Amino acid sequence: MNFIKTIVAAGLVAASTTAAFAADITGAGATFPFPIYSKWADAYKKETGNGLNYQSIGSGGGIKQIQAKTVTFGASDAPLKAEQLEKDGLVQWPMVMGAIVPVVNIEGVKPGEMVFDGETLASIYLGKITKWDDAAIKKLNPNVKLPSEAITVVRRSDGSGTTFNFTNYLAKASADWKSKVGEGTAVEWPVGVGAKGNEGVSGNISQTKNSIGYVEYAYAKQNKLTYTGLVNKAGKPVQPTVEAFQAAASNADWAKAPGYYVILTDQPGEKSWPITAATFILMHKAATDKAASQEAIKFFRWAFKNGGKAAEELDYIPMPEGVVTLIEKTWAAEIKS
Amino acid sequence: MAVQSDVIDDAGPYDRAKALSAFKLGDVTFYWITRLSAISVLLILGGIIISLIVGAFPAMKEFGISFLWTQRWAPSADPPVLGALGPIYGTLVTSFIAMLIAIPVGLGIAIFLTELCPQWARRPIGMAIELLAGIPSIIYGMWGFFVLGPFLANTFQPFMIRIFDGVPVLGAIFAGPPSYLSLFNASLILAIMVLPFITSISVDVFKTVPPVLKEAAYGVGCTTWEVVRSVVIPYTRVGVIGGVMLALGRALGETMAVTFIIGNSFRISSSIFAPGTTISAAIASEFAESDGLHQSGLILLGLLLFVLTFFVLAAARLMLMRLDQKAGK
Repeated sequence: MNFIKTIVAAGLVAASTTAAFAADITGAGATFPFPIYSKWADAYKKETGNGLNYQSIGSGGGIKQIQAKTVTFGASDAPLKAEQLEKDGLVQWPMVMGAIVPVVNIEGVKPGEMVFDGETLASIYLGKITKWDDAAIKKLNPNVKLPSEAITVVRRSDGSGTTFNFTNYLAKASADWKSKVGEGTAVEWPVGVGAKGNEGVSGNISQTKNSIGYVEYAYAKQNKLTYTGLVNKAGKPVQPTVEAFQAAASNADWAKAPGYYVILTDQPGEKSWPITAATFILMHKAATDKAASQEAIKFFRWAFKNGGKAAEELDYIPMPEGVVTLIEKTWAAEIKS
Repeated sequence: MAVQSDVIDDAGPYDRAKALSAFKLGDVTFYWITRLSAISVLLILGGIIISLIVGAFPAMKEFGISFLWTQRWAPSADPPVLGALGPIYGTLVTSFIAMLIAIPVGLGIAIFLTELCPQWARRPIGMAIELLAGIPSIIYGMWGFFVLGPFLANTFQPFMIRIFDGVPVLGAIFAGPPSYLSLFNASLILAIMVLPFITSISVDVFKTVPPVLKEAAYGVGCTTWEVVRSVVIPYTRVGVIGGVMLALGRALGETMAVTFIIGNSFRISSSIFAPGTTISAAIASEFAESDGLHQSGLILLGLLLFVLTFFVLAAARLMLMRLDQKAGK
């Protein structure tokens, strides 16, 4: 993809030279953390006078651009494997978390009333369960009145980190899903209609009766969608709450994961929400522009220290303190100034 | 006087040659400027084709010609399996249905506007048509998503499904369950989007029919219908087909509105009320997060769309030539 790379690189070189002039840090990548990164950048600029220019072009684009060294940092919803990091001389760490929740639109069903487990969710998305009053769904929800209507399955049409984490969870929960569909930012969906973006899926769910979909928790909350609970790895039904999301992050074994390669789905712990996801920052160990690199680290340090409240206001979940301490150590050890 | 005539005699031949060469220089410059402009089109086109082929090469090597009739699209499978049949089918079906609706309606509007419409209503209707062309495609997409889709899914589609239930062939085409993200919804939006192309070009060419021809036809007692059928349409055939082709080109390549409302499913279903995808919608959806073979496959899809559009336009030219030959006899 050389020609595309060249065009993107040319554009970015132009962008980054002007940015450097204004003493700004440049970043590009995942769309999911864009609202919180821009909010942090805003507050940071007010405090320190240093700006941050973040372009939300998608995780894939973020990885490509940090590899091409056209930005100070890249951002991705899916972490890179340790070998890949080593090959490109990159450091990676989780910056902030979100969660993915199943949402439904069934008449009379209120938020949090229904509960699914991974196996049932996978069966619905495989097209094996086609009606709401299927025995498997009834067994999990004995007290909910379920109609004998066909299930309209909604999923993302665009490649996305949300889809990556959702399919990753289904692959962990169901062997059938793993062998037939697998995981990825865009997969071969057996059934369902595809809608663009979290907005598309939320819009679709709220308009279509008897539908099911998955969205970022923030979208479900802001659009007042009927989210459901999930049965986690410990076999306990949990509701999507900040505590449940943080429990998943705390219970993950970050210290032993090279390059923080932890996908937060299906984590152990009685309180853990099963589809939690971190979004990652990627930077070069030895950046060509060391000043910008240092500036970026300063910003991230500031964000970990002061950005938690802002994150919660936007329905993101700050990284637990233990993980932040680990990340600080990584910075000190790996990033050369 | 003698002095003056001397001057003229001396200056004459000299000035004439200079003026001529100046004219010639101007002419040659003009010739080359226009020629370079024309060549630049070919260069740009060639550049696009070459970069598409280069980008698509890994996918071509991997999947070969079977890319064309493989229905599976599994970019995350190991190894990835990519096939273009679903998007090709969706592109052709949505464009076909869109043209099926837009051609008669568009021509109808054009004929009404030029032949039957009272003078005072021509401008408002004409302007409304032009305005349709000016609406950004994302707005059509949103309208299809929030307004047309629910109406179709709740009212029109259940009605059609009930009517054709059990009828062979048609029953399968209009099979349920109703969904407001479907091939049919996308086709309808496309039809509305290409309508202005057909209408405004037809109106323009209908206006070129010499009044004397029409008056002569009316003079021998033709009805309006006969005048339109036997005088106006044959006289303007080339222009009308040109407008239709322009519309078809737009329908084949329209991306944003279609991505919104087609449902983006790579599976081919016999029902037009089922979700599908088109080549451009598939590229727009997946390109940003794609890499490696997946991205190459998407570029190959783009190349296919390019070729498809080229063949459709070439076929139209050929058809036009045949018609002209027939008319010549």
